[in-house]
Amino acid sequence: MSGAKKMRVDLALIAAMVQPGSRVLDVGCAEGQLIEHLIRAKQCDARGIEIDMQEVQRAISHGLPVMQGDADTELVTYPDHAFDYVILSRTLQAVEQPREVLRQMLRISTHAIVSFPNFGHWNLRLQLLLRGRMPMTANWNRMWFETPNIHPCTIRDFFDLCDADGYVVEDWQAADEEGRRTPWRRSARLANLFGEQGLFLLRKA
Amino acid sequence: MLDCGRALPSVTVAYRTYGTLNAAKSNAIMICHALTGDQYVAEQNPETGRPGWWERVVGPGAPIDTDKYFVICSNVLGGCMGSTGPRSPRGEAPGELWGRDFPVITIHDMVRVQKRLVEHFGIRKLFAVIGGSMGGMQALSWAVQYPEMLYAAVPIAAAYYHSAQNIAFHEIGRQAIFADPAFCNGHYWAQGVRPERGLAVARMTAHITYVSEEALTRKFGRKLQNAEGLSALGEQFAVESYLQYQGSSFVTRFDANSYLSITRAMDLFDLAGDHEGGLSQAFRGASARFLLVSFSSDWLFPTAQSRTIARALNHAAANVSFVEVQSDKGHDAFLLDEPDFHATLRGFLVGCAEHAGLA
Repeated sequence: MSGAKKMRVDLALIAAMVQPGSRVLDVGCAEGQLIEHLIRAKQCDARGIEIDMQEVQRAISHGLPVMQGDADTELVTYPDHAFDYVILSRTLQAVEQPREVLRQMLRISTHAIVSFPNFGHWNLRLQLLLRGRMPMTANWNRMWFETPNIHPCTIRDFFDLCDADGYVVEDWQAADEEGRRTPWRRSARLANLFGEQGLFLLRKA
Repeated sequence: MLDCGRALPSVTVAYRTYGTLNAAKSNAIMICHALTGDQYVAEQNPETGRPGWWERVVGPGAPIDTDKYFVICSNVLGGCMGSTGPRSPRGEAPGELWGRDFPVITIHDMVRVQKRLVEHFGIRKLFAVIGGSMGGMQALSWAVQYPEMLYAAVPIAAAYYHSAQNIAFHEIGRQAIFADPAFCNGHYWAQGVRPERGLAVARMTAHITYVSEEALTRKFGRKLQNAEGLSALGEQFAVESYLQYQGSSFVTRFDANSYLSITRAMDLFDLAGDHEGGLSQAFRGASARFLLVSFSSDWLFPTAQSRTIARALNHAAANVSFVEVQSDKGHDAFLLDEPDFHATLRGFLVGCAEHAGLA
């Protein structure tokens, strides 16, 4: 077990949003660090979906319940209200149909926890403004023609989508690259400028 | 009472066990064998002298660790290694055997017999049911028939129904057996003969379906058996001689009437068809933790089958792990040296044992 390994900071922020003992599905769980933490430290019934076979194998070999599959096609196979939380960490921008994935998440679960790299960060804006080219940062580090991140959005864009689709934002945070919580909670505009990642806890209205 | 409506007056079950049943009787694993397998899962088969068919997977320190678990493996109903089957006595009269009159059996019937065996040990709940291919069908049948009796289920390279293609390959095998004059309409024992030609052809056909094209190419390609060049028409390709060996070694250890019974049982398997509302309805109430494993080059029970099962289990809100192991060895990969598969199985069982509170 990889229990001794320190958990990625952004995963710790997500874990803090989950009530102990709840039913959780982590979509894009990689080798299952977060679900392992939720099972062990929070006594959750936590499961994962992961697209990469190697990661799935590693997760199952560590005793974690993980299913190989794709967020775009797999979520529809779960029944309504099967979970208390469905987590989509740094994956929304890479799915084929982000809006439909969100809709499925809030169909099968009471809550959705979503994190994504914020395309509104000042550094990205500045690079685009000054260089006139697609920005490159630690989060956005692949050329436009090979990036898996096909649906970038900003924190304010995401608020708009939640409004349009009737999701209640129960909690939200902007975080820096490491996933540390950053202090622009009061203002979505400031968070959108200074936060490198957005983290949202949603439920249906 | 069998699915076909007939009853067997008595049933004998030949089985082997490994490891020790703990005081709470909570560490038992039932292993279900495939079409031509037997109960000698982790030890030399005394009849054939061959090593146990899953010695890589079952044993002390192995993924299914007999230092921790109590492993039961029984010869299936209809088999020819000691359990009741077509070669069993039909009634009181000595020497009268069932032969072709042996009732039609199903995978569910096989599992009902296994359940009786489990109860015989006083085990209320198995820690796991594990099986590959037809053994995977049995694991699925366990999960559907006796969901409350298992903690975990591991169907490997499995299918929830036998497809038209699967049935077609079996039918070729059966027709080969029928066409052998030594078959004597199933009464070959009385004549002191065996339909060896027919059974060998059946095995050869089936064997092709167990391996992938890549594996055959890798092993044999277009190599000739005695590589002296393309001289004569009598020359054999290496793959031909390999298949003939597979056929001839099979007839010494397997009974033709059993082969007919068991292949038919597989053909009849259709979990979705048995349940109105389909597969997820079949799994309603499935409370076990599932691990489904498929192999990328398996074209007999391809990954899509396992994925459909996994999705149906998801739909039934069961706890499912599913992975496709990359392998070029085809359907038989589950029997072979596949370290990724073995690590996955081991980890899954460790995780389940931890969750079940097994030390």
